[in-house]
Amino acid sequence: MPLVTRTALRTDLEIEALLAEDQAKDLLRFTTAGSVDDGKSTLIGRLLYDSKNVFEDHIRSVAKASANRGNGTLDLSLLTDGLRAEREQGITIDVAYRYFTTSKRKFIIADTPGHEQYTRNMATGASTADLAIVLIDARNGVLPQSRRHAFIASLLGIPNLVVAVNKMDAVRYDEGVFRWIESEFGRFLDDLRVPAAYFLPISALVGDNVVTRSEAMHWFKGPSLLEHLETVEVASTAPDSEFRFPVQYVIRPNQDFRGYAGQIGSGFIRPGDEVLVLPAGRKSRVKSIASFDGDLDLAHAPMSVTLTLEDNIDISRGDMLACPIQKPLVSRQFEAHVVWMSETALHPNTPLLLKHTTQMVAAEVKSIEHRINIRTLEAEPTDTLALNEIGILRIAASKPLYFDPYRENRATGCFSLIDPGTNATVGAGMIIREVAEQRRRTVERRNVLTPVTLAERNLRWGHTGAVVSYGDRPQLGVILERELFERGAVVVRLAHQPSDAEREQAISAGLLLLVPGDADIALSSDDQDAANALIEQLALSGVLVSDELTGGKGI
Amino acid sequence: MLGYYLMLPRLGHLRTLEAESMHIMREVASEFQRPVMLYSIGKDSSVMLRLAQKAFYPAPFPFPLLHIDTGYKFREMITFRDEYTASIKANLIVHKNQQALDNGTNPVELGTARCCGLLKTKSLLDGLREGGFDAALGGARRDEERSRAKERIYSFRDARGQWDPKNQRPELWNLYNGRVDPGESIRIFPLSNWTEMDVWHYIHIERIPIVPLYFAAERSMLVRGETLIPVEQPFMKPMPGEKPELVRCRMRSLGCSPCTGAIRSDADTVPKIIEELVSFRRSERENRVIDHDQEGSMEIKKREGYF
Repeated sequence: MPLVTRTALRTDLEIEALLAEDQAKDLLRFTTAGSVDDGKSTLIGRLLYDSKNVFEDHIRSVAKASANRGNGTLDLSLLTDGLRAEREQGITIDVAYRYFTTSKRKFIIADTPGHEQYTRNMATGASTADLAIVLIDARNGVLPQSRRHAFIASLLGIPNLVVAVNKMDAVRYDEGVFRWIESEFGRFLDDLRVPAAYFLPISALVGDNVVTRSEAMHWFKGPSLLEHLETVEVASTAPDSEFRFPVQYVIRPNQDFRGYAGQIGSGFIRPGDEVLVLPAGRKSRVKSIASFDGDLDLAHAPMSVTLTLEDNIDISRGDMLACPIQKPLVSRQFEAHVVWMSETALHPNTPLLLKHTTQMVAAEVKSIEHRINIRTLEAEPTDTLALNEIGILRIAASKPLYFDPYRENRATGCFSLIDPGTNATVGAGMIIREVAEQRRRTVERRNVLTPVTLAERNLRWGHTGAVVSYGDRPQLGVILERELFERGAVVVRLAHQPSDAEREQAISAGLLLLVPGDADIALSSDDQDAANALIEQLALSGVLVSDELTGGKGI
Repeated sequence: MLGYYLMLPRLGHLRTLEAESMHIMREVASEFQRPVMLYSIGKDSSVMLRLAQKAFYPAPFPFPLLHIDTGYKFREMITFRDEYTASIKANLIVHKNQQALDNGTNPVELGTARCCGLLKTKSLLDGLREGGFDAALGGARRDEERSRAKERIYSFRDARGQWDPKNQRPELWNLYNGRVDPGESIRIFPLSNWTEMDVWHYIHIERIPIVPLYFAAERSMLVRGETLIPVEQPFMKPMPGEKPELVRCRMRSLGCSPCTGAIRSDADTVPKIIEELVSFRRSERENRVIDHDQEGSMEIKKREGYF
């Protein structure tokens, strides 16, 4: 007996052709938010079942479970494990990822529960999505939670939105119901400035307009949900989107090769292109795009590549290579939307760690401007941010970040917040705009019993910790020390080379340490000029940040 | 702007997954003190090796490989392991629970659960502890089992190596949180978003070497109904009247020889294996009754290695 009943196997050549076709498929990541009652599980089950992405044994087990429930028909919601069962078992309801493929595309679904208390999960699922499906129950019309889903999708910058009006079978496929929801919700989306949403009437239960077009709704001429997912234009690397390359890792196998590895955040790059190196503030040109498969002529987002530069510049993890014309913003302070994800409420002045592109820096919330009421979507004043709340915050990082507003660039506009005490990820942030540094420091009320943090030292002193070499020129060291000291820096000059441990201690204490040794940049032979040049360099590199220290020369 | 118009194609799905996995491996190399890559010799491990080579090219990848050797792996696997890792100049650490093996631990005597517990799980935790590793890269995928659909790419383990599914860190954008206290560690799964089909396609387009056991050949097997049992270990005794037969077959997943079943197959190239997997699907789509391993259409439920 044959192991498998099957049609004749194809030849290697035929298979090769099919494989080539398959490789050309791109990947669409989408998120579905909705509660059990919206029919979300049924919709995903229907998508998988009708697009023939479910295995026989899986269907058998679902058929058995459906029968056990005294339900004659196949309960497709059980295909996605059933959130209900999980809730009964008390398992944390969380983001689940599912995979399926059709002849046109590969798909990753981030399946998230849509209840108010799961805002955190919706935001997590939405953070990597290209498209969001908002489900509206035709019988209930637009509910606050429908608005909430759309709001979170727009907040997380998902470029495409689908509004699926479900359970049309329960309203006798009435066009009027659909059109009314379309116009009401459409106005709301206009207010949110959601660029384009695709509205369609479906019945996940019966299968109308999910994979195949509905026989029951001839009044609707648009493509089915799956047809739309297969063909929708996903915002690609737009030709004019600026090159952003956060340096992730320096590859240095020998003296002759120094490569900067990273994933291109946006834009594209070719050998010969000019790049701005941040924080060094210097320009250079790309010498090569090195890869295991040979040098490349072109690389674009979201490729992971390794770049070499024409010039020898000291670049390390956390630095950024960027388009020199359309530069990113550089600031230590900024305003951002934050989705708070911790059981412990957020208070201003709490010390946090902030992960942005490839850097992790100390940060603190300066103020909570307001909270966005998730039911009314209105701003309201607040002093704290609780779990699942969304606020607009002013945040100060211990050193400058290189970023773009999230609406313009998701890769460089997003950040996460980490509690340094528990190491938990506690917040998702989306930068709105930079905030000019305040000239005069306001005295803040704070709990005097907590230890002084590095972020606080940096804020107070106006600089981060750094070790600066004055070469073999003691007089230059004296001038540099005096200049920085007079401007208010906490600076110490050493006459000997410090140990590695001493260097690290100085940097982690936020001190400026002046040491003898090899200077890595060529300096004027005049000590005063050289001191000025070094200070300028420190300002450009983001070590000196306050106006008092930089004399307004910071970037 | 750059003054000219350039329309860029969307990256294909395999290259998108490749870029994501490389990014993850570089994050791990940057943020941990002592990372290690778990190496199971299987096809997913072969893909992991290629991605690591790409991520750090032209330098060698900056972490050792750790193979948990149960002592019952197929001889062809061990040969492949030694030859292939040497050819790419990887630093291979092999860890074995020799004491348990000396005590005669085997699946026939102890049952598979206890045998795996001693030779795989315990051995893995010991190997990680002895190496002082704070991060372990593994080749597990979310599509392997439905229960893994919620697993994070960075999976946090407490000081006892335990995973708490109820208390996972949210994973936002491509910003991974690798912060751990001393004694705690993180398992990292760069292939989380790959499907089994993606793995085979990638092996094909990248011409990645895999253990020959994956390809169909005449092999000596004990035939029990539809089950084909390899005979490599002395404790795998034929039943009365039973004799090993030569069967054209291949392994769909690689583990220990006593616990790995083979399937009858003619697929002796990667495209033919892919075609075989597709045809399993096609049969199922057409709703025919098929007679194959209940446990794992498409190897979905396989438990390769120790993840």
